[in-house]
Amino acid sequence: MADAPETSTDTVSITVDGKVIAAQPGEMIIAAAERNGVYIPRFCYHPRMRPVGMCRMCLVQVKGPRGFALSPACYVAVAEGQEVVTDSPEVKKAQDGVLEFLLVNHPLDCPVCDKGGECPLQDQTLTFGPGETRFVEEKRHWAKPINLSDLVLLDRERCIQCDRCTRFADEVAGDPLIEFVGRGASIEVNTFPDLPFSSYFSGNTVQICPVGALTATPYRFKARPWDLEQVESTCTSCAVGCRVAVQSSGAKLTRYLGVDADPVNHGWLCDRGRFDFEAVNSDERVTAPLVRKGDELIEASWGEALAAAAKGLADVTKLHGKGSVAVIGGARLPNEDAFAWAKLAKVVLGTDHVDCQLGDGLPAAAVLGLPRATIDDACRAPVVILLGPDLKEELPVLYLRLRAAAVDGKTKIVELTPHSTGLTRYAAASLGYRPGEVALLARALVEGGGGEDADVAGVSAAAIAAARELISAGNAVVVLGRPSLAEYGSSVAEAAGVLARLPGARFLPALRRANVHGALDMGLAPGVLPGRVALADGRDWFGREWGALPAEPGLDTLGILTTAADGRLQALILLGADPANDFPDRQLARRAIAGAGFVVAVDTFLTDSSRHADVVLPAATYAERAGTTTNLEGRVSRLGQKVTPPGVAWPDWMIASELAVRLGGDLGFDSLESIWAEIERLAPSHAGLTTATLSARASRDGVVTPLPAAPTEATADTDDEAAGADATGEAPVNRPALLSFAAPERAGDVPALDSYSLRLVTGHKLYDSATSVRRSPSLAGLVAKGKLRVNPYDLDRLGLTTGGRIRLQAPRATMVLEVVADAGVPRGSASLPFNLPSEPAADLIDGSLAVNDVRIETT
Amino acid sequence: MATTVAPIVTAHIGTPDSHTLRGYLASGGYEALRKAVTTMTREEVQTEVDTANLLGRGGAGFPAGRKWSMLRKADPTYLVVNGDESEPATFKDHMLLEEDPHQIIEGTIITAYAIGAAQAFIYVRGEFALGIERMTQALNEAYGHGAAGNRIFGSDFSLDVVIHPGAGAYICGDETALLESLEGKRGFPRIKPPYFPAVMGLYGAPTIVNNVETMSNIPWIVVNGGAAFAALGEPQATGTRLFAVSGHVKKPGNYEVELAKNTFRDLIYDPRFGAGIRNGAELKAFIPGGASSFWFGPDRLDMALDETKVKGEGGSMMGSGSIIAMDSSTCMVRAAWRLVRFFSRESCGQCTPCREGSSWLDKIMYRIEAGDGRPDDLDLLMDVCDNISPGVQWPSRWPPNMTTICPLGPSIPPPIVSALGMFRDEFLTHIKDGACPYG
Repeated sequence: MADAPETSTDTVSITVDGKVIAAQPGEMIIAAAERNGVYIPRFCYHPRMRPVGMCRMCLVQVKGPRGFALSPACYVAVAEGQEVVTDSPEVKKAQDGVLEFLLVNHPLDCPVCDKGGECPLQDQTLTFGPGETRFVEEKRHWAKPINLSDLVLLDRERCIQCDRCTRFADEVAGDPLIEFVGRGASIEVNTFPDLPFSSYFSGNTVQICPVGALTATPYRFKARPWDLEQVESTCTSCAVGCRVAVQSSGAKLTRYLGVDADPVNHGWLCDRGRFDFEAVNSDERVTAPLVRKGDELIEASWGEALAAAAKGLADVTKLHGKGSVAVIGGARLPNEDAFAWAKLAKVVLGTDHVDCQLGDGLPAAAVLGLPRATIDDACRAPVVILLGPDLKEELPVLYLRLRAAAVDGKTKIVELTPHSTGLTRYAAASLGYRPGEVALLARALVEGGGGEDADVAGVSAAAIAAARELISAGNAVVVLGRPSLAEYGSSVAEAAGVLARLPGARFLPALRRANVHGALDMGLAPGVLPGRVALADGRDWFGREWGALPAEPGLDTLGILTTAADGRLQALILLGADPANDFPDRQLARRAIAGAGFVVAVDTFLTDSSRHADVVLPAATYAERAGTTTNLEGRVSRLGQKVTPPGVAWPDWMIASELAVRLGGDLGFDSLESIWAEIERLAPSHAGLTTATLSARASRDGVVTPLPAAPTEATADTDDEAAGADATGEAPVNRPALLSFAAPERAGDVPALDSYSLRLVTGHKLYDSATSVRRSPSLAGLVAKGKLRVNPYDLDRLGLTTGGRIRLQAPRATMVLEVVADAGVPRGSASLPFNLPSEPAADLIDGSLAVNDVRIETT
Repeated sequence: MATTVAPIVTAHIGTPDSHTLRGYLASGGYEALRKAVTTMTREEVQTEVDTANLLGRGGAGFPAGRKWSMLRKADPTYLVVNGDESEPATFKDHMLLEEDPHQIIEGTIITAYAIGAAQAFIYVRGEFALGIERMTQALNEAYGHGAAGNRIFGSDFSLDVVIHPGAGAYICGDETALLESLEGKRGFPRIKPPYFPAVMGLYGAPTIVNNVETMSNIPWIVVNGGAAFAALGEPQATGTRLFAVSGHVKKPGNYEVELAKNTFRDLIYDPRFGAGIRNGAELKAFIPGGASSFWFGPDRLDMALDETKVKGEGGSMMGSGSIIAMDSSTCMVRAAWRLVRFFSRESCGQCTPCREGSSWLDKIMYRIEAGDGRPDDLDLLMDVCDNISPGVQWPSRWPPNMTTICPLGPSIPPPIVSALGMFRDEFLTHIKDGACPYG
């Protein structure tokens, strides 16, 4: 991927049309000219990809040793004293000629073409081209359109062979599944036989196609560009935080387009993020409050539903105490809404049993309390240590960024993983460890030792030594998440604590769910308060304004569900969370929902969890409400509202405020701005980040928190109001320090693996049974069937053949499915996707175990 | 009058079993290689080739010695031999590949020695089935003879040579498209800069790309010395060259003649060569340097076979060494159309002006030939040609400009511009009569 040239203080002077301009060394004429107000027409040039000089539209005159010669401005680098002419008759003739050539075989079916109205070929023909064609012969004909994949269609008659889609597939996505076929005027873009363009990033080709050759099924024939309205926003399909343009036609969302945020997504989106707007438009949305009457959920007014929810919660609290209510979820909420819910839970309900993660993440302190790195930091680091999920499946655009950095030689990747991932082929070292033993491996990496022949966690001493050599340069960035959901997250946290001892190590958290990093920042986790502060440290600071806070740190989701299943926790609030599907131990989650006496669900759909609730409160979702979101870097950016929520659905912060009132409290919020003002005032990690700063044009790509100027040590705040000092003249309270991660104690060894069993590894696939996928018709069909991946050695040992059907046995469940040989799975392990509709590993996992073992039997 | 010198590249052709090791050794084969690797330094070999002033025989006519000296110092470097001869009416390399493969291999290995290449590749047009077979056989024999592989003839020099068949695209004769093809990619010419494979070539390593006939000259130069080669011809056009003479001559074939001392008239009319126009007809025009060169009328027959003159005075080129004679029975519209159609079919499709321009020109020319031409078409033809090769005109000038990535673009206009320039009346007749006057 071609990065924009680094900004340099040394500039190169070139002359464009007689005007001297300053250019960056190494950049191409086309980019330097554009920045200085001279737009040179182009089709194949794209600032985020290597130039190819193919379309010849950008021909300009460049003075060389033999005088001015026509040269492609996209392919000639600037040089001191260079003279460029873009407006001479010679240039005009060459550009006219190229446009005429491009139109020779172009069908000119603009009136029925989706691209008409936003088409570079149309626009540049009007701006630069001749008025009429002199071509009177028959144009080239192709059958049209053809399917490149389930999502992308190609009209080869419209194609102008600019190489953008093919280049993107190869160079940016690393999925070289489309190529030029044939030659001369018969050249076409096509797939290889029986290999569809099934890339997670295929939608980008549609966006960068300079004509209407590529169309995507979700938008095809749905709207005309001039009917669309758009706002800019940040995608919350995962936690990367790609900037998007959200477009609607009338009251419906019609399309998302990638916006180029230099520190984040470079304009790219994954297909799930691009196309899951269909779920927002879904007819299945919960549009009105629902209250349980016997076995049925009956539509109710907000007043009735809120009263029912408040009564249920108040009754439980009165009967069982404040610790009898728990809040699970909130990772899908914008920051303001998460903050409001944290305040509702910890102040009004008085419970610290609050967790925005569903047992599929990491302890809050590991995310909030380690030195942070940005995506750019990772891409420039001497080495990136991957200790997390398959980024291609869970955080796709982060995968793109790291892949590009590795391919371009800007960083080296050392991967600690229990099965091969999308980045394995780009990694300088990939250490396949035995589930549950990653902390041992991390220790061997950092400390060495272990003997010359001794394997650690199933990884050979030689492989560890080679990886140690790679990380010896120091200043590593550790991408930290959950490599597998079938092992304890605490073992990963322990490994993180070990890796934190590497000199200069910084961490880029890689939790996947939407705004999970923002929700953690806002205090939706046990033992923490908003602003990355420990409950104990922030008690005084927050207590001044908020009043009493829970005495002890509460339970995480595993603890909440375990306690609820035992009947010792009586009320659950599910905040856009579906633990019955998403919690690694599904059985436990289902027992907990049944076991809790009273369940309130704030949700957009009736899920396997919310359909069992006593009260369902309909929430507004993405593109239906404003606010801010925080990506995995801690980058806060603004969400845009484009459409109105369906029915009477409300933004989550309003639900929190109204519920607080009915519980006898008052959150004190009447707008998003009022919430943000309190966040900025109270949350130490967000100090100084005002609404004005966030709204500034310079903050378009978001602002990384904490701000460099923010106090990270405990400080006495001289601002009386902020310090909570009121007219009573109490002494100022110190602003609490940001929490820091204390590495957990060394856990005991995991149980030995018996020779009949395989140790289970599992992670998410991009297309799984997530609500946003299932409710998006274009994506739902892309969900694959679950297959068990096993090392060929084990397959042989067990007398199985790849492609055969086997019976997979675990204490929790038995399932029949296909087994395939995969050398990327270490010996002794078995890998199965977590959350596919058929054969999900989630049904097998016992959350009380450090590791989960399975047995294979022939059917 | 045509001069007579002993042939260099065709010396063995016609001798018994010239394509076998036995036949090659019988006529002194591999002595040059033995001499080079056992008695000469790399620099000494380079100096001889420099002294010979051997111009590349592939078409561009760049001095081989100078090309070698431009090789960027790096490890590894490669030698690639271009045997992808595939333009209509070119068949000189074809003969060398089939009849004297050992001479090419010997020249290749000497060259690899001289430039310090780590490996040599000989890229042979895929359709040359016999040529590929004989080259492969000869290479196996060379390995067996100790002339290739490890420690060649007991010296410290080792080299592997690979023969790579093309996959059927004319464009792969362009050296950068050839390199892409050799790397296993689609045969798209590379965009410049970098301008020379000697800077960045095969697999990104500095690479010398030489033509088959260029290689065939190397053994002779090593044995006889560069000065002996330079004594032939004129200083700016040394040695001999192999010309493929075809079209309406009595004796089409390959003829090796001394450069500069002979003329086009010699090649077309000398009884030893083309032997004049068949059926006693008149020469109407001839193509002096392959399908992409501007045409000459009979008034140019006495121009010497000297690239500097052909380019400078003639505004054309000797190019690929193919001379096509057209007699008075030739429809010049049809002749130009057939050549344009070739380029249209062989355009790689990478850049717009060549891809779209060649097929458009093909369609216009076909329309005129078929009797559906319009008076406006003549200006249109010139303007479309101008959009591919800005400033193209008649009388022609050399070198042409281009809006394309590679020289295939400016190769398209010459047949049209030449035919229009010399035989405009024939176009007008086609248009007026609505039919081809030649039937």
